[in-house]
Amino acid sequence: MSVLTKGKITDVSELRKVAKNVRIRILHMLTMAGSGHTGGSLSAADVAVAIYFSKMNFNPKEPFWKGRDRFILSKGHAAPLLYALMAEAGYFPEDVLDNLRKIESPLQGHPCCKRLPGVEVSTGSLGQGLSVANGMALGLRLDKNPARIYCIMGDGEIQEGQIWEAAMTAAHYKIDNLCAVVDNNGLQIDGPVQKVMGINPIHDKWAAFGWHVIGIDGHNMEQILAALDEAEKTKGMPTVIIANTTKGKGVSFFEHKVEYHGITPTPEEYERAVKEIHNG
Amino acid sequence: MGERIQQSAVSSQQSAGSEKKPKATRDEYGEVLLELGKKRSDIVVLDADLSSSTKTGKFAKAFPDRFFNMGIAEQDMVGTAAGLSLTGKVPFASTFAVFETGRAWDQIRLTVCYSNTNVKLVATHGGITVGEDGASHQALEDIALMRSLPNMTVIVPSDAAETASVINAVADYKGPVYVRLGRAKVPYVMPDNYRFRIGKAHIFHIGKDVNIIAAGIMVDAAIKAAALLKKDGIDTGVLNMSTIKPLDEEAVLSAAKSAKLILTAEEHSIIGGLGSAVCEFLSETHPVRVIRIGVRDTFGCSGNPDDLLRIHGLTAEDIVKTIKDSM
Repeated sequence: MSVLTKGKITDVSELRKVAKNVRIRILHMLTMAGSGHTGGSLSAADVAVAIYFSKMNFNPKEPFWKGRDRFILSKGHAAPLLYALMAEAGYFPEDVLDNLRKIESPLQGHPCCKRLPGVEVSTGSLGQGLSVANGMALGLRLDKNPARIYCIMGDGEIQEGQIWEAAMTAAHYKIDNLCAVVDNNGLQIDGPVQKVMGINPIHDKWAAFGWHVIGIDGHNMEQILAALDEAEKTKGMPTVIIANTTKGKGVSFFEHKVEYHGITPTPEEYERAVKEIHNG
Repeated sequence: MGERIQQSAVSSQQSAGSEKKPKATRDEYGEVLLELGKKRSDIVVLDADLSSSTKTGKFAKAFPDRFFNMGIAEQDMVGTAAGLSLTGKVPFASTFAVFETGRAWDQIRLTVCYSNTNVKLVATHGGITVGEDGASHQALEDIALMRSLPNMTVIVPSDAAETASVINAVADYKGPVYVRLGRAKVPYVMPDNYRFRIGKAHIFHIGKDVNIIAAGIMVDAAIKAAALLKKDGIDTGVLNMSTIKPLDEEAVLSAAKSAKLILTAEEHSIIGGLGSAVCEFLSETHPVRVIRIGVRDTFGCSGNPDDLLRIHGLTAEDIVKTIKDSM
């Protein structure tokens, strides 16, 4: 039933390899596109790879299979990350990535579920994915469907009020078939998150809203896997993983740089970046 | 808000062919939703702390597992409804029209319309006849907001019987729908054998002098106006355009070809609603003079519904006067 083309990966070094491939794909498609969001796609890559390839049941040949686990990229601007995961999983051929952001492409600037089966819901206007994730979780629960929902948010994104409405809902309805992740990379378009509009104490906020909170290094594969396991075992309340990450992670000259939120690599930077990732 | 029901805003005289007592469209909604819930296990209902006013409370009581009170959080309600629909449920999400369409517009745009999810947004307390709560609670822009969204169907039933037919139709239809219901009791105006179809206007009569294209409570006013005008020898047609989007273009065209003057009548701003939809279509296909009866780019205020309709020029008498002045 749950056919994953490559089989679930539990080996850490294997997952790291996949993460390298995913990062290279992200940079490739962004360089080809000439516009898009580099920093936040790279920061969330390790967590997303672990979710996609160690945890989720899905079948790329049957994207609407009812038993599939669902992945919602609430921070829709990290679309290149989602497309890289989907290409890796076999949803579409590799060369489709060359068409990111091009006219009539299934790979829209922000994910569009109507153009690309396997994208669960269209995102891009921030703050909305967690509500949709809750709705899916409640729907699956009504059907006694054991599938799980994963939802990745940005740290800047949680400035949106709707996130906290949804946070209340998940706790109120004791939604435990959902695991949320905050990609806590510390930067947003206008600067450091804490300077633009502080979100701390981030752990306490989620805990006060009734969530089980797990803090990890979002680039440490062992910690990511342990957190995902813990989330799955936590019953009666929703779990959020606060993944401390580095914006632009994997490419030294993009890391911690606000400007690479929405700037893509030049062809020359791409070559250097790929070398670094291979050697990293 | 108070649950004291107003005397019908538009029921000063009984409508043609009906002796049934006036009933609020929201009351009918609550009952039909309950019946739907009995028949179909895929129906789920969401509300934002107004289930006693929107009448979804009946469903909530009967099917607590399939009812989700989202608290006072309309944006989250719409997103959650979208998520439920993506697992095969058919969610009906209800609150007051002002909050449903205004507060959650971007959520409706992204997760309902752009994602083309099977979400039914059924709002109550549309229009000026909300009454005493005043302008903050009177939705006069909701149709404009919903009509501008791709994939959205927009429906404004005229009476309780049509509401029942509408709710059953949208439950069977796949895709985003906005249904606007009212607070006040309204008379029955539709023929007994009438059955609503999405995108199909009901033509009471096509007039040779003037045709009134109306929706919601203004259908009753239009029927009364036509009867009064007939006495003066003015042949006035009436069309119930309950589906505002997609517009029944064929019906509008036949009305425009039969008479040189079209009147649109709606309990909504003259900007962006039924009047705009008719003007947009006719100006491209068959330009004729169109006069829009509606709230003229202003906010409402507190007062009883009949007084509000009068001061905003939304009565049968206002329609009669406008037509006579224009001929």
